[in-house]
Amino acid sequence: MITGNRRFSFSLLLGVLIAAIVAPVNDLRAGGQTIEIGWLSQAIKRILPLTYLDQPPDDEGLQGARLGIADNNTTGQFTGQSFELVESIASEGGDVAGAFRNLAAKGVRLVVTDLDAPKLLSIAALPGAAHLTIFDSGAADDRLRDMDCRANILHLLPSQAMLADALVQYLVVKRWPNILLVVGHSDGDREFAADVRHAALKFQAHIAEEKPWTFIPGARRTDTGHFAIQAEVARFTQGISYDVLVVADEEDEFGDDLSYRTFDPRPVAGTQGLVPSAWARPHEQWGATQLQDRFLRRAKRWMNDRDYAAWMAVRAIGEAASHTQSTDPAIISAFIRSDRFELAAYKGARLSFRPWDGQLRQPVLLADSRSLVSVSPQPGFLHQFSELDTLGIDKPETKCRMN
Amino acid sequence: MPNELIVSAPLRHSRESGNPAADRPKRRLWTPAFAAVTITFLIGLASLFLSPIAAADTIYVSNEKDNTITVVDGAKLEPVKTIPVGQRPRGILLSKDAKSLYICASDSDHIEVLDLASDKIVRTLPSGTDPEFFALDPSGKLLYVANEDDNLVTIVDLTRGAVLTEIPVGVEPEGMGVSPDGKFLVNTSETTNMAHVIDTAERKVVANILVDSRPRRAEWTADGAQFWVSAEVGGTVSVIDVKKRQIVKRITFAVPGVPTEAIQPVGIAITKDRKLAFVALGPANRVAVIDAQSYEVLRYLLVGQRVWSLAFSPDQSRLYTTNGVSNDISVIDVGAQKVVKSIPVGQSPWGVVSRP
Repeated sequence: MITGNRRFSFSLLLGVLIAAIVAPVNDLRAGGQTIEIGWLSQAIKRILPLTYLDQPPDDEGLQGARLGIADNNTTGQFTGQSFELVESIASEGGDVAGAFRNLAAKGVRLVVTDLDAPKLLSIAALPGAAHLTIFDSGAADDRLRDMDCRANILHLLPSQAMLADALVQYLVVKRWPNILLVVGHSDGDREFAADVRHAALKFQAHIAEEKPWTFIPGARRTDTGHFAIQAEVARFTQGISYDVLVVADEEDEFGDDLSYRTFDPRPVAGTQGLVPSAWARPHEQWGATQLQDRFLRRAKRWMNDRDYAAWMAVRAIGEAASHTQSTDPAIISAFIRSDRFELAAYKGARLSFRPWDGQLRQPVLLADSRSLVSVSPQPGFLHQFSELDTLGIDKPETKCRMN
Repeated sequence: MPNELIVSAPLRHSRESGNPAADRPKRRLWTPAFAAVTITFLIGLASLFLSPIAAADTIYVSNEKDNTITVVDGAKLEPVKTIPVGQRPRGILLSKDAKSLYICASDSDHIEVLDLASDKIVRTLPSGTDPEFFALDPSGKLLYVANEDDNLVTIVDLTRGAVLTEIPVGVEPEGMGVSPDGKFLVNTSETTNMAHVIDTAERKVVANILVDSRPRRAEWTADGAQFWVSAEVGGTVSVIDVKKRQIVKRITFAVPGVPTEAIQPVGIAITKDRKLAFVALGPANRVAVIDAQSYEVLRYLLVGQRVWSLAFSPDQSRLYTTNGVSNDISVIDVGAQKVVKSIPVGQSPWGVVSRP
């Protein structure tokens, strides 16, 4: 299938299995064209979530990129193209710029990153990065799609604003427009809260009250610790008239402790409870079961939204390579940004990148840990061009200036 | 319904045949010879359009969530029986002698053979993992199975009940269509976005045609000159010329009031004379009627929710659609291009076939 010496490195990368089943016959084959895709991430100290049931994996994102490479290579056997992931992972507190330069020195021009916003911006500003395309699959910050947008970055994860819009659209459809907004202490929490306020304004919901969460339960894992939490949440939510509690707690410090403990019986949504996200474990529509199965078999764990974003980044490159029949990173990048590009990603819609901020337009799932509740945009929220653009910062309101 | 058919059908016929006699005053034409011709013509028409009632078919529907097959009486258009089968039945096919039904039991990882005299599963066949859809060789001796999880097409020898060979294809193989002469098999791969043309004698992929996103079905025209491929996410149907191995037409759809994202073509049915084609548009809840010569979309028929698979009755006077979300099948009168009935079946109906 793939001729020349690269066959061996490729087989090593993917395992013998795929190479073994591939028939050496094809008419489209041009022979031995390899597209190298960089993977850049940094090991970070993981904040353990409130629940010990779901511990964060240490290969988040990377497993999605690897699966994307395998999927691309299955297609590549018919087009004579092969794909290789060049992984460069900086240690905790290590030199990300150095890891990036290693990739650039190897001639890699398409780089998938799982980095936070400051690191991503510092990489995008490096002298060698101007002619690269960076596929951000780890940061959902709005500012990266707004005033801090960069011409050389595409964003695969839905932005925080898209997530908030997706949730509030659903609350409006449910006629639960009155929101009690409970906000944690991190910058991300405050950003998500601002997005929920903005979404409420946009879709005619109402913030009944906004309260910061400051209670730090000292001993919630000790015996009878649940009494203190239950009493605190009941006090915290007493005397407020609202339909739904929306929580902003990105680091999962208290959000899971709110459900079933409010003074009035009210559902919890936001970063916990009913969660808007790019990908969710209970999602099995539009063929998603197949992607879930493939990922589980490979990674021995469930796919999360960063894995999904990285998978989409690699698949976007694969789609462009197969449609343009090119391995040239410039041609691939141009095609991905063009209006001819469409990506199928198990959400029943054609996905493409918004030219004004580099954001992938996509449906957002609304799910709890066991079931998929809905998918936004909700029917009835109309848009001049694409209903997917009812989610997030739209062209007329963006502060992004690429040049 | 019969009244409507008799009234509308001759008019339609006269327009299509361009027969000027039908448009002139009857007085001048009412000679005994013409009367005989007319009567024969009307009887012919009546038998053409009413034949499902005269010689009724039996409709079989696989219910993906129920693990059952619903049997529908084609004369009464009513469900008459529910047969329990393996896990997650999806693709179904009639055997060549029409005595048994092959069922892809996707989650049981095998194919079941339902004997249609006793309505019992009498045999299971190996299929490779997760069989979703398949096609029968015209000889009736081989089954070509798409293994969605393994990127393989498996060839099953029906006489021996054994796997003959496996052919590697793209990611998530799905659609399967055998050419009328049995020489070529077309498989579509949903994530690779290609139609793979497989030479069935050599059992090798001989051509790959890039189509739009998430190709679902590959349907051959009866003359073997073309096959049509639906792209669920791309929202198109590609008409592929077999000799050129090229797309000669990309059919697009637009339904007023339906968002373009909801137009997701899946099932395709083309009449034997290649005059009309029908395409199921998934969550758009419509079946598109297409002039299969000019590729013009003539109209959209409102059916049940998330319309998926299509099957003609044996005489092609009716078309049946499975509607996965509303849990029913719609019956379309092909001549009148109208939906005449919906019939409740099991949960998440997926595949449909009609038996003479």
